Amino acid sequence: MTVTADRPAAEIGRDRRRKEDRRLITGSSRYTDNIVLPGMLHLAMVRSPFAHARVTSIDAAEAKAAANVVAVYTAADLDESAGVLINAWPITPDQVTPVHPVLAADRVTFAGEIVAVVVARSAAAARDAAELVDVDYDELPAALDLKEAVQDTVLAHPDLGTNKSALWVFDSAAAGTGGNVEDAITAARADGVVIEREYRQNRLIPAFMEPRSVVVDPTGEQLTMWSATQVPHIVRFALAATTGVPENKIRVIAPDVGGGFGGKLQVTPEEWLAWWIARQVHKPVKYTETRSESMIAAHHGRDQWQKLTLAATKDGRVTGLKVELTADLGSYVAIVGGGVPVLGAFMFNAIYKIPAYHFACQTVLTNKTWTDAYRGAGRPEATFAIERLMSDLADELGMDPLELREKNWITHEEFPFTTVAGLEYDSGNYEAATASAKKFFGYDELRAEQARRRAAGDPVQLGIGISTFTEMCGLAPSRVLGSLDYGAGGWEHASVRMLATGKVEVATGTSAHGQGHETAFSQIVADRLGVPFEDVEILHGDTQVSVKGLDTYGSRSLVVGGEALVKAADKVVEKAKPVAAHLLEAAVDDIEFQGGRFGVKGTDAGVTIQEVAGAVFTAHNLPDGMEPSIDAEATYDPINFNYPHGTHLCAVEVDTETGQVRLRKYTCVDDVGTIVNPLIVEGQVHGGLAQGIAQALYEDAVFDDAGTLVSGSFVDYLVPSAADLISFDAHHASTPATTNTLGTKGVGEAGTIASTPAVVNAVLDAVRQFGVEDIVMPCSPARVYAAIAAARAGDTGTTTEGAGA
Amino acid sequence: MIPAAFDYAAPTTVDEALALLAEHGEDAKLIAGGQSLLPVLRLRLNAPEFVIDLGRIDALRGVRDDGGALVVGAMTTHATVATDPLIAQHAALVSKAVRTVADAQVRNRGTFGGALAHADPAGDVGAPALALGAQFVIAEQGGGRRTVDAGDFFVDLFETAIGEDELLTEIRIPKHTGWGAHYEKFVRIAQQWSIVAVAATVRAEGGTIAEARVALTNMGATPLRATAVEELLRGRPATEDAIRDAVSSVADGTSPPADLNGDADYRRHLARVLTRRAVLTAATG
Ligand SMILES: Cc1cc2nc3c(=O)[nH]c(=O)nc-3n(C[C@H](O)[C@H](O)[C@H](O)COP(=O)(O)OP(=O)(O)OC[C@H]3O[C@@H](n4cnc5c(N)ncnc54)[C@H](O)[C@@H]3O)c2cc1C
Repeated sequence: MTVTADRPAAEIGRDRRRKEDRRLITGSSRYTDNIVLPGMLHLAMVRSPFAHARVTSIDAAEAKAAANVVAVYTAADLDESAGVLINAWPITPDQVTPVHPVLAADRVTFAGEIVAVVVARSAAAARDAAELVDVDYDELPAALDLKEAVQDTVLAHPDLGTNKSALWVFDSAAAGTGGNVEDAITAARADGVVIEREYRQNRLIPAFMEPRSVVVDPTGEQLTMWSATQVPHIVRFALAATTGVPENKIRVIAPDVGGGFGGKLQVTPEEWLAWWIARQVHKPVKYTETRSESMIAAHHGRDQWQKLTLAATKDGRVTGLKVELTADLGSYVAIVGGGVPVLGAFMFNAIYKIPAYHFACQTVLTNKTWTDAYRGAGRPEATFAIERLMSDLADELGMDPLELREKNWITHEEFPFTTVAGLEYDSGNYEAATASAKKFFGYDELRAEQARRRAAGDPVQLGIGISTFTEMCGLAPSRVLGSLDYGAGGWEHASVRMLATGKVEVATGTSAHGQGHETAFSQIVADRLGVPFEDVEILHGDTQVSVKGLDTYGSRSLVVGGEALVKAADKVVEKAKPVAAHLLEAAVDDIEFQGGRFGVKGTDAGVTIQEVAGAVFTAHNLPDGMEPSIDAEATYDPINFNYPHGTHLCAVEVDTETGQVRLRKYTCVDDVGTIVNPLIVEGQVHGGLAQGIAQALYEDAVFDDAGTLVSGSFVDYLVPSAADLISFDAHHASTPATTNTLGTKGVGEAGTIASTPAVVNAVLDAVRQFGVEDIVMPCSPARVYAAIAAARAGDTGTTTEGAGA
Repeated sequence: MIPAAFDYAAPTTVDEALALLAEHGEDAKLIAGGQSLLPVLRLRLNAPEFVIDLGRIDALRGVRDDGGALVVGAMTTHATVATDPLIAQHAALVSKAVRTVADAQVRNRGTFGGALAHADPAGDVGAPALALGAQFVIAEQGGGRRTVDAGDFFVDLFETAIGEDELLTEIRIPKHTGWGAHYEKFVRIAQQWSIVAVAATVRAEGGTIAEARVALTNMGATPLRATAVEELLRGRPATEDAIRDAVSSVADGTSPPADLNGDADYRRHLARVLTRRAVLTAATG
């Protein structure tokens, strides 16, 4: 294949408007809740108001007798075919994993857990009857605070005897990837600097726009589930593995899905209940959650304490990093819940050459909503820690924070570079991205303004924050996943079908839920096959159409799924060549493919790929013995992760009288390799930044002492909108990845991973002058003001989570 | 989420509405714009058996000039109030405060009277009404009308002087023509309820504060009028330092709520800063 070399890539690099947007923004979309089937029944859930309680009795008589109610189910009614909810990534062989039943039986373990389900002829009747189910609870002491829970004084699951689920450790000395971190710390204590910090990763709620919804149709030969999920293939596998229905009898469809951000990569009690109930009542059933239910029952993200020790020489060379994490799982180990912090383990060293590294993560069970992947999944937490530490170290040494980073980062001549965490970074150019970001940002001018405001004692102080991030995405090389005891592979599948009319039908195993795959993937196929963009149709999200796949998360769709697509398209061309040669009465070796046309070298003779497709369809005149098909499929297993990086610079104004933080300027230069569609990439960066900034300043899932989610609605869980953000100054550098054909790197999570520390570093940069060392996220006005006030009063200048709140 | 079932009527006169209130007693609930009531019903925090919709009573809508006062019908939407020229001219504080309420959709449905009757302490219409000395006209059973001063209207959290079988018909706002006005609302994200807000309107005479009216949002169970501060401001130069000094006691004796946005002390601190800013802007434009 020499398409890209021989002619300009017509489609790759074009800022095509998204194909799917006409449908999505005019309301002619089909979300799960839009699906209405004949005779369909509706479910409503009865949920526990208590974080931890014994269920002493459930009286459903009144609910059962209510108008239009078909059935009420409790745990007592379930049988084995209801299945259980699985954890696919036990991070250690001795991980303590509570059984996660689809309905709580004698004990509820978080406020929001389902204890009964009402089945009725309308959603309203189901809701009304749910109010009539009378559940008696005996409250139990609840394990709520993460730091207390790890002490095991109050147990989230008394039968397990401990809240400690798993301790996962990586040590560079033991792994042979670096030195001994304790030696580095001892040396630095004697002659160098040691920075010790404890940072809090606030708990977040993915807050996707479309609440979760599931429809199950048990009629027909195969059972069909529609679900607002990111992972139809994984849901299908898990249903087969746990409910006894053979996999080939199960069809799972993710129709239009309105956002996920990791929040929909779960297998959920709601899906499993709908599946089981539809099979009991032999009728289609639907369940659509309310926003309130979504906030308490869909998994949350982050929620860690990070104890960090950074050792460095006096001139600012980092010599060792020790990371001790405590991570809150909630009351069950979600599908990859325990694995999220483990993904972070490989990223704490970030873009830096750190000679010695130790990482330990203790996952902990509590009586709170379960946690799992949320945009970035482990890497935002790691990036936050290291980027905060680097700025703190610069401050300690009186160095410019960019200069300190430069002193420690991997230079572009050093790629490929094997890190202390054992990953091989294929490419990157941190110097170029940083130089360009500084220029666009106006770094020197803003520093001058900062100095002026400081000198004048302006009530509004300026702060500049830096984050020079990288991340590992493109999940994932299957062997690496195997070595981490993950329960599946990381490959992706694609098939390309040349239709009789010359149109192209492509099925991808990735499952878009807002990313724009239909557009970007069409661009790739259009270039590869030399067909018009409009002639390519991308099918996804239905296990009977996209027959193989591992779905969408971890910024994998383009770099893994896109590569499968390239390989399948290239096979189509290879299969078409002999047909073209036959039609042109030429030797296969003399055929060259360019711009959608097979030509005979040195002549004008040629046929288009559409003509070949037509000839294959009629099969009237094919080479002897040739199978009448040029369709092809490919399954691609990545050889490495994929490492986008970038330099993010953020300026904030801090009103020292109120603690209010306002964004002043946000510049980022992201290196995401070759860009297929700049418009989509920009959209991903903007949305990612918004979510990362939200963690820094606004969003916080807070439970009270009784284990009730206090920020359980959008009145209290503050999701920023465009009105709260500024016009982002987003740019690109491009160092093509060397591990895939197109040179692409993932961009789905980059903005979220990079921005949180950039913002917090900026806030601290504004107020360090008063003696403030840390502000717990989200940096609310109350916390910022309290930190300034405390520092001015001569305190340590740090805040606790509760301060000012 | 789906509210519990209820019956519904949409009368076209105040008398019919009063009759329905009398008939259904405490099982009945009035609905104006529904922007506070519907969330409550959908979350099933309340389940009235009978909902009386005031939306078809034309007499409750509109703004008119009544000499010394403006008269605003209870069912006048926030959007109308925010853009009404009479209000902008004679009660600029109200226009400015109402513009900070929620978003365009909510302002198009929500009503001035509904918001005042709902009496959410974090709502933005109570403090300006209180600062301007508004009067509330309440329709009683039997056809009578009673007028309640702003100081007596707000009773407690979500509680006003409107009786269970009564309804608010109009709000009379004394004209403050030529007064500078500012509503300083402190929020973390746009479209948030006030963490604290300060309503201030000032009659300035050549760089001096001749008269000032100040009221606080979300510094207690009801909007609070800061009469002591108003007195201290009288005759002061309209400068930052002079105002800072005069308003420093504005939060004394208040018991603001504590929540995820801040504790009571922080809110008291905010009240001082925001009052200074509100008065300074009202006085100097
Ligand atoms: C997303 C959102 C954000 C919001 N943000 C803000 C904000 O920032 N600031 C703010 O001030 N408000 C805010 N609000 C509330 C908004 O102002 C509401 O419109 C207002 O509080 C209630 O007005 P309504 O006409 O919708 O009344 P309804 O919701 O219909 O009624 C509210 C209550 O008042 C009673 N009532 C209504 N009319 C009368 C009457 N004439 N006589 C007696 N009782 C009556 C009802 O019985 C009910 O109890 C917000 C609302 C929403 C949905």
